[in-house]
Amino acid sequence: MNLIRQLESKAREIRRAVVELIYQAQMGHIGGSLSSTDLLTVLYYGIMNIEPKNIKDPNRDRFILSKGHSVEAYWCILADRGFFPEEELKTFGQFGTRLICHPNNEVPGVEMNTGSLGHGLSLGVGMALAGKRDQADYRVFVLMGDGELAEGSIWEAAMAGAHYQLDNLVGIVDRNKLQISGTTEAVMSIEPLADKWQAFGWNVVEINGNDVQEIYDALSSVPKVPGKPTLVLANTIKGKGVSFIENQAGWHHRVPTPEEYEQALQELA
Amino acid sequence: MNTISNRQVICDVLLEKAKTDRIIMVLTSDSRGSASLTQFAKEFPEQFVEVGIAEQNIVGIAAGLASCGKKVFVASPASFLSTRSIEQIKVDVAYSQTNVKLIGISGGVSYGALGMTHHSVQDIAFVRSIPGIKVILPADRHETANLVEALLKEEDPVYVRIGRNPVPDVYESSNYDFQIGKAVTMHEGDDATIIATGEMVYAAVIGARLLKEQGINCRVLNMHTIKPLDEAAILKAAKETKCIVTIEEHSIYGGLGGAVAELVAQQGSVPMRILGIPDQPAIAGKSAEVFAHYGLTGANLAETIKTLLADLAR
Repeated sequence: MNLIRQLESKAREIRRAVVELIYQAQMGHIGGSLSSTDLLTVLYYGIMNIEPKNIKDPNRDRFILSKGHSVEAYWCILADRGFFPEEELKTFGQFGTRLICHPNNEVPGVEMNTGSLGHGLSLGVGMALAGKRDQADYRVFVLMGDGELAEGSIWEAAMAGAHYQLDNLVGIVDRNKLQISGTTEAVMSIEPLADKWQAFGWNVVEINGNDVQEIYDALSSVPKVPGKPTLVLANTIKGKGVSFIENQAGWHHRVPTPEEYEQALQELA
Repeated sequence: MNTISNRQVICDVLLEKAKTDRIIMVLTSDSRGSASLTQFAKEFPEQFVEVGIAEQNIVGIAAGLASCGKKVFVASPASFLSTRSIEQIKVDVAYSQTNVKLIGISGGVSYGALGMTHHSVQDIAFVRSIPGIKVILPADRHETANLVEALLKEEDPVYVRIGRNPVPDVYESSNYDFQIGKAVTMHEGDDATIIATGEMVYAAVIGARLLKEQGINCRVLNMHTIKPLDEAAILKAAKETKCIVTIEEHSIYGGLGGAVAELVAQQGSVPMRILGIPDQPAIAGKSAEVFAHYGLTGANLAETIKTLLADLAR
């Protein structure tokens, strides 16, 4: 089986794990976790230089989940990659757990706490700048939501990333076009998105963010333009993989009923 | 009269240390001039980052740099740093526990006539309510020098507030025992206690001298570290002296006075008064004029303590 087939198969496995995790905990952000599962899977199984046994390696690639509420796929992947015991997933969202509903750097593999939107890209700029100053060759990946782009701090960071020519920085926008109250364009229009990032000095690569091959091709060839940070505009489907969850704003953080749960698992089999 | 500002001292110490400590990073938000860091930017361009007028971004970038092993100093006006970027301070610095030292420059009312937008007299209240970050106000240039040395060894996040202008010395040199979290006794006495922080330590020492001339012996505690508070020193004062008066260049709500009152009310009942800026936009003027207007002077401290002691004797 070639790498792309393996990644596709892994993504399906992670989607099942996400649905199980959310159903078991009776909470979670299912739509955004499923839209970003392919992106996270390609990063963690195909792109990033990270090693659970050496989590403080100064030359590791860095990842920041700026859209911190889509934590379910992230927890499933970190557990599967061996950053913490899979058994611990049972504590997700429970009293006193470290597997809370947002990334928490008490958990091995998590670089920074996130959850409040609009923070991640500044953190990424700092990490990428440290890499440049230290002449290290690690890369920094920041996964943002599209609703999150209404936060002004994202654009402060976008300016700084281009100003400091951080071609070791990759911003990824999970462009699923929905946020909790409806479409991004109805809530607060963010288009034309590619033009905006280009105007801020970023090299923009637009892909199908649920196509593993396209994601792999985009992320494995950065920097595309030396001296420029890269923005991967990943067009995705919110709730991808489960027919009745796809493209429904109402599934931002709904929990499946027992019947819906069974159907979802069948579709992801 | 001292002519060296605390901000200049910070730059001088960092200039010296950065020669050998190459992981020191200094960040400004178009504030290198007002932070007296222009020289640092010139001498150590690889250890300096200009972020522009973007306070949320400067704190986020600082946290990212710190997570990669840098010792990061952010120098930005206290008013903006402590409010515009308060969430980045809470999440990216305090919650994520990144080694970031936030230096709030031109703090308190030291921007004078620039008014409410530029005054920072709520910053202690904001920052000290966040778990995982220390809050420190040095009293003079000697203490500032000691503080910067200590900050370079300290791994926890810290918020520091300094003023804009040179302030009178309260120490003859930096040769005294400075430890983060330990109050310094500036004046001995058992009749009453004055607890002061930052520039107000000078007023406290003047007040204690005035009272001494009138036969009242005041203890003066320089509470440079407001968080973590030196509880032992305060409880000892609550036990050994008849009253406590706090004085600070900050709102009467939630600052040094609030912190001392929280402790004393629960563990060491003693009459207290809190001197600070009342709950209103501070009046415009030079620091000394503003302090005089609100009674933040040695003379008013002395009067406050005399009245309090007289009331207690009644």
